[in-house]
Amino acid sequence: MVLLRLIDDFLASIGRSVLNLCRAVGHLTLFVAVTLSHMVRTPIYPREIGAQMLRIGYYSLPVVGLTTLFTGGALALQIYAGGARFNAEAVVPSIVAIGMVRELGPVLGGLMVAGRVSASIAAEIGTMRVTEQIDALTTLSTNPYKYLVVPRVVAASVTLPMLVLVGDVIGVMGGYLVGVNRLGFSGVAYIQNTVDFLVLDDVVSGLAKAAVFGFIVAVMGCYHGYNSGRGAQGVGQATTNAVVTASILILAANYVLTEVFFSA
Amino acid sequence: MTPKIALRDIHKAFGSKHVLRGVDLEVARGESLVIIGGSGTGKSVTIKSILGLITPDKGEILIDGAPMGRDRDAFLAQFGMLFQGGALFDSLSVWQNVAFRLIRGRYKMTREAAREVAIEKLRRVGLSPDVADQFPAELSGGMQKRVGLARAIAAEPEIIFFDEPTTGLDPIMSGVINELIREIVVEMGATAMTITHDMTSVRAIADKVAMIHNGKVRWSGPVGQMETSGDPYLTQFITGSAEGPIEAVR
Repeated sequence: MVLLRLIDDFLASIGRSVLNLCRAVGHLTLFVAVTLSHMVRTPIYPREIGAQMLRIGYYSLPVVGLTTLFTGGALALQIYAGGARFNAEAVVPSIVAIGMVRELGPVLGGLMVAGRVSASIAAEIGTMRVTEQIDALTTLSTNPYKYLVVPRVVAASVTLPMLVLVGDVIGVMGGYLVGVNRLGFSGVAYIQNTVDFLVLDDVVSGLAKAAVFGFIVAVMGCYHGYNSGRGAQGVGQATTNAVVTASILILAANYVLTEVFFSA
Repeated sequence: MTPKIALRDIHKAFGSKHVLRGVDLEVARGESLVIIGGSGTGKSVTIKSILGLITPDKGEILIDGAPMGRDRDAFLAQFGMLFQGGALFDSLSVWQNVAFRLIRGRYKMTREAAREVAIEKLRRVGLSPDVADQFPAELSGGMQKRVGLARAIAAEPEIIFFDEPTTGLDPIMSGVINELIREIVVEMGATAMTITHDMTSVRAIADKVAMIHNGKVRWSGPVGQMETSGDPYLTQFITGSAEGPIEAVR
């Protein structure tokens, strides 16, 4: 009897978790669908989109720039050390370039922005929910999706590729600085090698990834903020959930997109 | 005559919690109705249902005899609301808060004109034009309430809701806000609906009082008959007695 009850409880807990997951996925899908539908219908708030581009894009530049600078430098050292095992030290510029542009630029940029922006969006919108500011928007004939969600999603999807492009350049420069100053590469040859090796598709695929990551970052921030629980604890939980889910979704989407772009 | 607002048999449940169990209410044009009742009895849910922020499970809400049509913006343009905590947008300055509706949407005016209107409304609620460029976080609780009031009346709505307008204010500031509400409602000829626990507010603001208890309207009538109603629930509420039919522990 006891054993049966234990098995029963165990199965019930699995069932509950699955049901909760399905409910969350359904909820999120609806949220995304409503957001997308509002993107293509007036009114659009250009002033809000501009403000969010400045906040999400411009103010994230130092974080993304520093991240890619150090990563580019470390990558150069690693590839040099690894390449030395089979006398292929000369591949440093090309591998740094391809690694940064295709993979590390978008992923690390996306993750850093997820930490910075998802959290702040979730906290802001969550606080607005808790203090009835979202209800106030509705009573002032302003749709909260249009005024709060759409500008953030558009701004993040547009500015993250720009950030990543800048990050790519800084990352390559990080590799260049280490390559030239520590590893004895010639500056001109390093740049030449990088430019010759990269093709347009490498850059474009990285930027396309960045646009998707930007979308994920903003949607997760808005979704968790919009559905935030009551009080300080609810907002804190929403912030944590936003960062965690955005980071995991970025890594998962990165794998899927890499398969799509490069598996052929 | 068709009432300005009519609620017919409104029901609303959140999960297993049945908050509204058949609310019937009518407010005539230009009348000021105050809804009283204990915490968690469904007063806020009633107002949010009228505004369409919450969809009732059952029942009918009629404004000027008609339900909310497809044009939600036009419907909402008739309303102004003063929220309990003010609900001012903290990323916007005071004048942008007040003029929020005026600089957006279908009937938007230029920013300069909207700023003028905002300053005039701020003056109407007793605030000087200097506060126009400040941010809500820089203001005291009483001033935030006034800004909220200015925002609620900025677009000259026909119906104004006040959610606990005096909560968190000292007695003198409460008196000032009550007086302002009364003056503004009379002056604009608006229909007003107020939720409050504060009996001083009730006496200052109301033409008519409705008491909600257990998700239903327990008593409603002119404010003058409130004291002599003979209803034990209402009497307990207005005298603030711990003894009576309403359980003190909720």
